[in-house]
Amino acid sequence: MTPRTIPIRSEREPRSAFEYIATRKDELIGWARKFSLFPYPFVTACCAMEFMAVSSSPYDTDRFGAALPRFSPRQADLLMVVGTVTHKQAPILLKVYEQMCEPKWVMAFGVCATSGGFYQNYAAVAGIDRIIPVDIYIPGCPPRPEMVIDGIMQLQDKIARSQHLIVNKSF
Amino acid sequence: MAASILDTVAGELDPAGTGSTLAHGTLVLVVPAAQLRGTVERLKAEFGFDLFLDVTAVDWPRDELRFEVVYHFYATTHRVRVRVKTRVPAADPTVDSLTFLYGSARFMERECHEMYGIAFRGNDDLRPILLYEGFKGHPLRKDYPKQQEQPLVPYRK
Amino acid sequence: MDLKLPNPVRPAFVKTEHDDAVIVNIGPSHPATHGTVQIIAALDGEKVLRADVHCGYLHRGFEKECEDHTWHNLIPYVDRLNYCSALINDFAYCDAVEQLMGVAITPRARYLRTLLAEYSRLADHLTCVAATLMELGAMTAFLYLVMIRDYIYEHIADLTGARVTYSYGRIGGLARDLPAGWTARLVAILDQYEDFIGRVHGLVDRNRIFIDRMRNVGVITTEDAINWGYTGPILRSTGAPRDLRKDTPYLAYAELDFEVPVGIKGDNYDRYYVRMREMDESVHMIRQLVDMLPAGPINVDDPRCVLPEKSLVYGEIESLITHFKLIMDGPRVPAGEIYVAHEGANGELGFYLVSDGSGTPYKVHVRAPSFVHMGGAHRMLEGYQLADVVPTFGSINMIGGECDR
Ligand code: SF4
Repeated sequence: MTPRTIPIRSEREPRSAFEYIATRKDELIGWARKFSLFPYPFVTACCAMEFMAVSSSPYDTDRFGAALPRFSPRQADLLMVVGTVTHKQAPILLKVYEQMCEPKWVMAFGVCATSGGFYQNYAAVAGIDRIIPVDIYIPGCPPRPEMVIDGIMQLQDKIARSQHLIVNKSF
Repeated sequence: MAASILDTVAGELDPAGTGSTLAHGTLVLVVPAAQLRGTVERLKAEFGFDLFLDVTAVDWPRDELRFEVVYHFYATTHRVRVRVKTRVPAADPTVDSLTFLYGSARFMERECHEMYGIAFRGNDDLRPILLYEGFKGHPLRKDYPKQQEQPLVPYRK
Repeated sequence: MDLKLPNPVRPAFVKTEHDDAVIVNIGPSHPATHGTVQIIAALDGEKVLRADVHCGYLHRGFEKECEDHTWHNLIPYVDRLNYCSALINDFAYCDAVEQLMGVAITPRARYLRTLLAEYSRLADHLTCVAATLMELGAMTAFLYLVMIRDYIYEHIADLTGARVTYSYGRIGGLARDLPAGWTARLVAILDQYEDFIGRVHGLVDRNRIFIDRMRNVGVITTEDAINWGYTGPILRSTGAPRDLRKDTPYLAYAELDFEVPVGIKGDNYDRYYVRMREMDESVHMIRQLVDMLPAGPINVDDPRCVLPEKSLVYGEIESLITHFKLIMDGPRVPAGEIYVAHEGANGELGFYLVSDGSGTPYKVHVRAPSFVHMGGAHRMLEGYQLADVVPTFGSINMIGGECDR
């Protein structure tokens, strides 16, 4: 498929020829990437119950190209942190994150991952963004599957809109 | 029937009737720390309390014998529960381990050890279990602030 | 990366008597250990010689958190212990507080709690069996079971407003009564359940691969199980008919007709089958309870613990004050201590409460079956193949929230 057939959604006026082409390339890459999310479920707690529901037949994240959980962080590009992260778990989370290759996105699934939720004590980390950068937060305790699907779609929009590192002068 | 076996246990283990009460269907035995081991041995051998349910502690910071170590046992044949309580001082919070009688005591004593700092004499494996290596203090003691965190990885800016 | 990450655990052994044993680490973020558990295993070839099980990766400070909330406010925390069957936790906790206060709940609440506890148990066992089967590659069976579980979740959400964590129990009763048409849908779901579960039986029960992976793997004897504190389906799979619902009946179990299924030798297959049979018993009980459900109020009339009706709170000063006092100070629970155990989906779920007479608990301790089961898990792993760790862990059904609290 040639880049020409891809609709331009960016409202920016291209200022130079290179930037114009680079924008189109970004869109191409973004379009390809947003439909091939390989999630790594970092599943710890109660939210896992909803994660199971989201990824099986009634809600079926397959439709968003985010179907196949990869159980090796090296093969994944979406880290779904599902559930509470405790201080004991924090080094493992960081290690998993570091093992993932670029490009990578992080989803905080549930309020525990987002902010610690109602666990504000010595054991729980008050939000995984204290440890790793997060791209999308899905609140809810646990979030309803519809909310998760909405989160995945918003992440896809974000990917489609963002600039991609592999786009440079030689590409 | 359940009550009669508990009466027998109370009569045998506490002949003076000073350290035992029956509350909410559970027999409560209060024993000095030195007698804990003997009491539990008899509970298991003579009265069939074969299921070690639980050990935990209660922190009473104002008392001289600060920690109350609480055990629960269940007799699968008689279907009754016994609670055994003993007090230890904060200076030397040591009780005898029950791992030689019950395998399940191993994990539960580890938990009680890290949460309250109770030492179990005879349990050689008191590594942290719910907490992590390097955690200082005992979080369930009343003087541990609830939000005092001890992060293992540095926070991002 | 240059960051040196600390190791949160210390292994029990770094080498074994066997010179050529290999030590591998499994978990805590591992696809086969649903839940966050870490196993450090010494292997001789494929055989597990020693296993060192670490849990605690989900320790969220439940007991500390409880000491900071009123008796009512900590119900949501109780929910998140065993999040597969949150209602059983709710009711066990409420029962313990009620017994300490000397409150007797209304008949309708009692039957409704029994019904919902069994419904929850159904969902819990469905989750456990589904996860075990999925880990063994039986994806179709997994989808069938999760499908029916999702019907149950949505159905309970109609009643409680949440799919997984319900916060539905209240001290002295329940949050609200059944909505219209709830029991009709319940009966329909149970019929669908029978259809789906029949298909699962057909798919896996006599499947050669399934039997080879499950039969004679992870065997534990009754004596061992009791020594290691096992209760619930695992103890029953060894052949011991120990069930608190029968042994020390609570709620409405004494009036119900049900059997306690037991296994033959306590291996993975027995644990799978005991759970399947228990689900059938739960369905049988729910059907009886639907017919037995009496009319009447769901909350006791006791201003010490039950909130006044909303319309009264807005309309009269006494109710407003009661409401305010109950919310801000919490219900006054008389000083004392109590241990109440219910048959959770995984085994004996006990609440040990200590009250000093105020509105917040002095201490809440949970006797969580999963935690105790982890203490003896190495007995079921040692001597078997490394690949057997997966089905054995699946059939133990370790639930992180309850294990680590
Ligand atoms: S957000 Fe709620 S449901 Fe999810 S892990 Fe936290 S407590 Fe559990």
